[in-house]
Amino acid sequence: METLERIIAEHPFFVGLDGSFVSLMVSCASNVRFEAGTYILREGDPANTFYLIREGKVAVEVLAPQHKPIIISTLSVGEILGWSWLVSPFRWKFHARAVDNVRAIALDGKCLRTKCEENHDLGYEVLKRFAQIMEQRLDATRLQLLDVYAVRR
Amino acid sequence: MIMATAITTDPMLPQPYSVREVAKETPDTFTLTLEPENADKPLFQPGQFSMLWAFGVGELPISISGDPGLNDRLVYTVRSVGQATHSLVNQQVGDSVGVRGPFGTGWPADAARGRDVIIVAGGIGLAPLRPLIYHVLRNREEYGRLVVLYGTRSPRELLYRKELAAWARNRETQVLVTVDYGGLGWRGHVGVVTTLFKYARLQPASSVAMVCGPEIMMRFVTRELEAQGLGRDDIYLSMERNMKCAVGFCGHCQYGPHFICKDGPVFRYEQIRKLLEKYEL
Amino acid sequence: MAQRPEHILGTDQLGKLIEALVHKGYEVIGPRLRDGAIVYDNLESVEDLPAGWTDEQEPGRYRLKRREDLALFGYAVGPQSWKKYTHPADVRLWSAERQGGTFRILNNESKPKHPYAFVGARACELAAIAVQDRVLLEDKYRDPIYHQRREGAFVIAVQCTQAAAPCFCASMGTGPQVSDGFDLVLTELLGPKGHRFLVAAGSDRGAEMLTELDAGPATEEDHQDAAARVEAAARQQVRSIDTTGIKELLYENFDHPRWDNVASRCLTCANCTMVCPTCFCTSVEDVTDITGNHAERWRRWDSCFTQSFSYIHGGSVRTSAKARYRQWMTHKLASWIDQFGSSGCVGCGRCITWCPVGIDITEEVRAIREGGKNGNP
Repeated sequence: METLERIIAEHPFFVGLDGSFVSLMVSCASNVRFEAGTYILREGDPANTFYLIREGKVAVEVLAPQHKPIIISTLSVGEILGWSWLVSPFRWKFHARAVDNVRAIALDGKCLRTKCEENHDLGYEVLKRFAQIMEQRLDATRLQLLDVYAVRR
Repeated sequence: MIMATAITTDPMLPQPYSVREVAKETPDTFTLTLEPENADKPLFQPGQFSMLWAFGVGELPISISGDPGLNDRLVYTVRSVGQATHSLVNQQVGDSVGVRGPFGTGWPADAARGRDVIIVAGGIGLAPLRPLIYHVLRNREEYGRLVVLYGTRSPRELLYRKELAAWARNRETQVLVTVDYGGLGWRGHVGVVTTLFKYARLQPASSVAMVCGPEIMMRFVTRELEAQGLGRDDIYLSMERNMKCAVGFCGHCQYGPHFICKDGPVFRYEQIRKLLEKYEL
Repeated sequence: MAQRPEHILGTDQLGKLIEALVHKGYEVIGPRLRDGAIVYDNLESVEDLPAGWTDEQEPGRYRLKRREDLALFGYAVGPQSWKKYTHPADVRLWSAERQGGTFRILNNESKPKHPYAFVGARACELAAIAVQDRVLLEDKYRDPIYHQRREGAFVIAVQCTQAAAPCFCASMGTGPQVSDGFDLVLTELLGPKGHRFLVAAGSDRGAEMLTELDAGPATEEDHQDAAARVEAAARQQVRSIDTTGIKELLYENFDHPRWDNVASRCLTCANCTMVCPTCFCTSVEDVTDITGNHAERWRRWDSCFTQSFSYIHGGSVRTSAKARYRQWMTHKLASWIDQFGSSGCVGCGRCITWCPVGIDITEEVRAIREGGKNGNP
């Protein structure tokens, strides 16, 4: 638990947040493992947990009929998986599969969400941090869309 | 020490080189190994290019992608996108190809000595960077960390796969690869090349970065390098424009006041920073 | 003015000069009247010069008109410039033969049989030749074709005694006074004393030629007469470019609305680059015969106004007319300074005359310098 506390407190996402709140998050956190090939979260399921990846690679993918699974992006050590727990209707939009064996810290999204509703200052701080993550992901996705390596005729 | 480049023959006349090998890298990209038919010792600096001529078809600028330490051959990685490149990739062993050059400015291998080297390549942009990687690995003690970040469209389009793995096994060398579109069976990273920065072990203050790829890719990579803390004089890009002569006379390759054939193709970021922002320059 | 002594030639002596040049083995080129314009072509004798003709030039307009006298050089510049000879529009670089499993390049670029003698080069044209010298001879590489045709050319310059409406050499510091780069310089003096030419040598071989022609001495009055006529040509100029800080002006106004304005008029016809005496862009064409055993590389004039000039795989960089016009003008007046140490423009005004829609480069510069937000001055 001590290692967990340090990892959480020092992660950029939590730095600067109110100390007592961080302790609360730590108390709800747990170490989790996913074997390679298993799904960490599935499209459509309620989104109440988010993950801080400590080891391994996670593929965010779309399962569409008549298609093999399409990997949209991969996340790895130090990155946060999942933000749909913060945005209504609080359901996952994609699948996330462990590409190799994954170790992560599971964090209670529902708890954090409730606290943000009660304490708007905290809510603002949390949203600021997630807005940054979303912006980075959106930028990267847009660049992926450009298909810059394709041959144009 | 990079060997001095001397154009020993008339830069206007193609010299006949024999095709020794044509290796398929991807469905549309091939690596040609050429050997001079006369007594030339083809010397070049990493980052330079030659004008390759397919007899009677046409001539175009192709970056040299081979080992600068081997002075008995010139190696080029060519993507078939038009008539002349199609002709080049369909050469058979024993055919003759015309070579003029080498031309242009090379990567600042000397300036980078004693420092960490970050190489960021997009698509076929890895080809003009490969000679630099060879050089750094051959002179490993003269350089700090080597980080290679390589992004391409899909796993099918990866160049030099075996070498990528081999390079990673060197001391203090990190090779990270990503694709825009992952396929089935791809267990590597998926995402644009800038998403690799967070996994790279970098010391920005003592690093020099060399970037090559599509211009859009170089723009967003440069932004990320600056965000990581690299200075504008420590980032180098390789630019590309239409070329007909490679000797500064045809006027086609002008980029602002620069002739890419003689003032480039390698530029310091600060030299061209304002030009990169301009649309249709 | 040349430091060497000034002499007087009569028209018959001018005729002997041309004959002497032919006799010495030069291919003599000078102004001739053809197709409603004064162009550069071979001269056999002084009779070939367009005596008694002048030109009326305006943006997009060129007409020849009869003069009241028989002046031999009573006009400004026509659509061609000396680059027609020094930097030819179409030239073979080399040919190659397949041989065994390989090929052989025959380094057989086409060479002219005789050195050129240029008769009637104006100050702006001499300035243009000097500009092209810097590009094609004095930079990193040397163009052998230009070198071959340019070096050894015998140059007979002519002082302008009148200016056409598009001329603005005075503001570009390139004329109308001829300063150097010639073997002989003439000023046509037509008046009560008859049809004479003030002449001075600019080189040893020019001086030798004058000795051979037995040119008579010029008087102080002749000198003043000539100087006054050249000054008159300068004062006659109605156009100008203010070149103060012009490099920064154009570099910093990449997004000026005036570019959209000129783009709405420009046809990207490339006339301006064809007539401009300093434009040097070329393209190469590789051709082969039916057997595929014989190949040639040809070089021909190209223009940054064409759609394909900036083509790299996938498309052209400069697709819009706006981008192409801006490229030409910025290169000519600004980037050229960084590249070669001087402006690329010599103020000859050809681009103004020969633009089918009459775009005036001097007006475009003024509009950017003074213009308001909507691009209009």
